[in-house]
Amino acid sequence: MFVLVEMTDTVRIPPWQFERKLNESIAEELNKKLANKVVYNVGLCICLYDITKLEDSYIFPGDGASHTKVHFRYVVFHPFLDEILVGEIKSCSQDGVHVSIGFFDDIVIPPESLQQPAKFDEAEQVWVWEYETEEGAHDLYMDIGEEIRFRVVDETFVDTSPTGPSSAEASTSNATEEVQKKEAPYTLVGSISEPVLTGTGEETAKDWS
Amino acid sequence: MAARSTRVLMSCSSPSLGVQPAAVNGWGAEGQCWELSAWMRKRKDANAALLSNFEVFQLLTDLKQQRKESGKSKQSSGQQNLNTIMYETMKYISKTPCRYQSPETVREFLIAMKGHKLTKAEKLQLLNHRPVTAVEIQLMVEESEERLTEEQIESLLQTVASILPGDPEEQQRDSAMETEGRSSQ
Repeated sequence: MFVLVEMTDTVRIPPWQFERKLNESIAEELNKKLANKVVYNVGLCICLYDITKLEDSYIFPGDGASHTKVHFRYVVFHPFLDEILVGEIKSCSQDGVHVSIGFFDDIVIPPESLQQPAKFDEAEQVWVWEYETEEGAHDLYMDIGEEIRFRVVDETFVDTSPTGPSSAEASTSNATEEVQKKEAPYTLVGSISEPVLTGTGEETAKDWS
Repeated sequence: MAARSTRVLMSCSSPSLGVQPAAVNGWGAEGQCWELSAWMRKRKDANAALLSNFEVFQLLTDLKQQRKESGKSKQSSGQQNLNTIMYETMKYISKTPCRYQSPETVREFLIAMKGHKLTKAEKLQLLNHRPVTAVEIQLMVEESEERLTEEQIESLLQTVASILPGDPEEQQRDSAMETEGRSSQ
């Protein structure tokens, strides 16, 4: 689920923090910059693991702060393909089941990847898995708050950097439209179309044995 | 600690760090959009190492301890993101089997797993999830029907159950049921 990523960055320490130990200031700055943020094509950064190398600090003309190039390793949430994860169902909609892991919310299980046959119950706004045994058809409701085990099938990184002035003009002309839809920078697509992937208890396993 | 060496650049040219500024957007756990401009970070190695849940759990516990000891000397505004992500991640990891693990059990587990010829990712999943049924093993190990026979799967389950500690309450319950069963026979 978590990986260690080696990164390099230049950290700026303002003069009023010169009395503190350099390592501490740098650790704090890096965490301030990266913790709980998604880095494009890398993942969701959690916290600093360690500092591998500190290069010399420079002070540039016009700015009293010191700039230090730092080589460090960061703990990043980046599940590998086909990894099994356990999450909680946050909500259901027509485009699938939305699962959350607490610190990461943008996980979707599209309708095709649900255990077939599955149908969407409009009244309760939940997805239902109808599975048939010898006794008859049972309905498994995917209620909110239920734990669900799923396999990571795909991941998408979206670059949410601000766009240039040309597209800003187009958006001001549509000022009457709603605020631009915020895109999640990192989304995971999951699948539960395999035996034992719904639920985490042993009850489901017994049903299949 | 050695005195920090700083050099003041006397030239008037702009800082030649060889990188361009790039804006990076990020999402907080609450869904707010954080925007920041930073010198572009060079990512040296995307997957330097896979971390088990237990290692992250240890790291976060140590970090929390450190921050508690050093007191509230930091401004809360800058640290809010770190606090949020640490809290949420700890909350999630504390619900997984890794909270009963220790460095020794992990080492023992990896040594025991050497004989089974599993890939690094599969061993990591077994360590993180602690499967108790054969179907779970089939999920985590690719093509388990071809690679492992039934006895191998059984022995794998036995190794996992014996080396990796599970929920102590559950284990007490299981052993209590076992002794009851034996005494009733």
